[in-house]
Amino acid sequence: MLEFIYAHYAYWFTLILLCIGLYGILMKRNLVKKLVGMTIFQASVILFFVSIASKWEASVPVKAYDLPTEVVANYMNPLPHTLMLTAIVVGVATQGVAFALIINIYRRYKTVDEQELLDKIQ
Amino acid sequence: MEQQLPALIPLSYLAFAALIPLVGLWKKRACYWLAVAGSLLATLFSTIGFFEYVNEEPLRYFFGGWEPPVGIEFVYDGLSSFFVLVINAVAFLVIYHSRVIGQSEFPRKTLPYYTLVMLGMLGFNGMILTGDLFNLYVFLEISSLSSYGLVAIGEKRAPYAAYRYLLIGTVGGTLYLLGIGFMYTITGTLNIIDMAAMIPQVIDSSVAVTGLLLMVLGMGIKAALFPIHGWLPDAYTYAASSSTALIAPVGTKVAAYVMIRIVLYLFGIPVIEANLWPFNLIIGTLAAAGILYGSIMAIGQTELKRMLAYSSVSQIGYIIMGFSLANPLGYVGALLHVLNHAVMKACLFLVAANLRLKEGHTDISRFDHTYRKKYPVTMLWFTVAAISMIGLPPLAGFFSKWYLAMGTIENNNWIFLAVILASSLLNAVYFFRILERVYMKNPEQPEADKGAVGRNEPGYSMLVPTAIFGIALFVIGFTNAYIVSTLMQFFPN
Repeated sequence: MLEFIYAHYAYWFTLILLCIGLYGILMKRNLVKKLVGMTIFQASVILFFVSIASKWEASVPVKAYDLPTEVVANYMNPLPHTLMLTAIVVGVATQGVAFALIINIYRRYKTVDEQELLDKIQ
Repeated sequence: MEQQLPALIPLSYLAFAALIPLVGLWKKRACYWLAVAGSLLATLFSTIGFFEYVNEEPLRYFFGGWEPPVGIEFVYDGLSSFFVLVINAVAFLVIYHSRVIGQSEFPRKTLPYYTLVMLGMLGFNGMILTGDLFNLYVFLEISSLSSYGLVAIGEKRAPYAAYRYLLIGTVGGTLYLLGIGFMYTITGTLNIIDMAAMIPQVIDSSVAVTGLLLMVLGMGIKAALFPIHGWLPDAYTYAASSSTALIAPVGTKVAAYVMIRIVLYLFGIPVIEANLWPFNLIIGTLAAAGILYGSIMAIGQTELKRMLAYSSVSQIGYIIMGFSLANPLGYVGALLHVLNHAVMKACLFLVAANLRLKEGHTDISRFDHTYRKKYPVTMLWFTVAAISMIGLPPLAGFFSKWYLAMGTIENNNWIFLAVILASSLLNAVYFFRILERVYMKNPEQPEADKGAVGRNEPGYSMLVPTAIFGIALFVIGFTNAYIVSTLMQFFPN
């Protein structure tokens, strides 16, 4: 049992972050805190991708003369990292839109607290 | 040039998305015409492509000449050419309709509005055409981000509806991304065709199953599958009328398309039936629950747009239930329902927009028999679309329900058949409620002044698209044999 947890610690870490993010989105009342939860949720998936690319005793995926790695398996997989660069950009764009919406909500209702907002809407 | 078609369709949107802000700064009224031109161009390309390639081998377009699995490709096969044609034709008519209502609902925001429409359509077309799972995620986020913007342009409550949509939609997109991660770790590729070849060897692993579940869950959120549809009613109700008319027929259909791609093409029916037998049944049951829930909730609504939004939840259930049956009849019913529902819902939301422009509200409790005099044409097409939604022949809606019902009979799934029939009755309840108010005189209401009730129709730029959708329902109904025989060829075997 302990071995199972220890051997997959990166995935457990991802899972915990995922749950924290989801908790923030669902349970927090403040709209900005919900956004923080969403960011943590996205970050957990980004870290998951980075963790599946890493390998023990592997080199960076750059062909260089002072890094004499002949076998391809000794390089790390660069693809998940490049995918995550795109995903980070997508995340930043989403946060930009979300902040713009929060500012708009605040201008109309003068609050970012969800309960107060719902009361004012009614 | 014909070899370039798959790239030209999204590129025509991208080009106009760049052109609109440039020209719009100099001449504001040009934005609308540029958006119409961009969507017309894309519709023409997709029409040419559909009739050229519908019976041919799939056209695989490699970007930059890099062949997959290294490069990214667009796959233009029967299914994707059909979906691209449907969404582009619907989008063209809805954009054409939006000139007058746009000037009254968001007068100073036409430039960002049309830019967002173009970017959103770029994303939807890209999602349908791409043959790469991660590329699909990028297009998904492009389309989602512009949808959030389109929803936020609207009534006072629209930004809050858009914010909720953003949170839930991002969770959906991120779960889909996590699913891709699982599939990538076990197959080492992101190309759909490449991965489909490896699936039978890895399906025994729990990683592949988790990947499938996460991807379908993520797409289910975007498609508003029953228990995770919470964002949809608010977003559709408070968005501007022409935004809703654009997102409702297009957005959820594209997410349903991705689910069809993943379940029937990437994994394939034999693999799913051999290794994951309750999977299709679970999805189908959720969809059936959504059909009933959406219809029942729609009966309780007093706001026309909100009622149509709940009706969308129920109609998307038909599409998902159809493909979850995993037999040719259910599959054809689902695809035909994509076409029918896109046309019907666009027609109904355009009617809602026409009424909003002239009356300033779409509150059903304030509808009365004067509407028959004031809006004879609008109400005629509302009636046609409503009868098609209920599913009476010879209108289009009957035939998709017919094939779905045949599909359930072939699987001996009598509960789903009962759900389809019950939902048709519920549809009749919530549409006839409105038709009764409009076409029957309420005896308790005092007689209105005869001279005060004149014809008050909106202009031709709004009536013509509404009428085209209404006529299309008859055309689809009468040509359904041809359409079905074409769609039947796309069934994966």
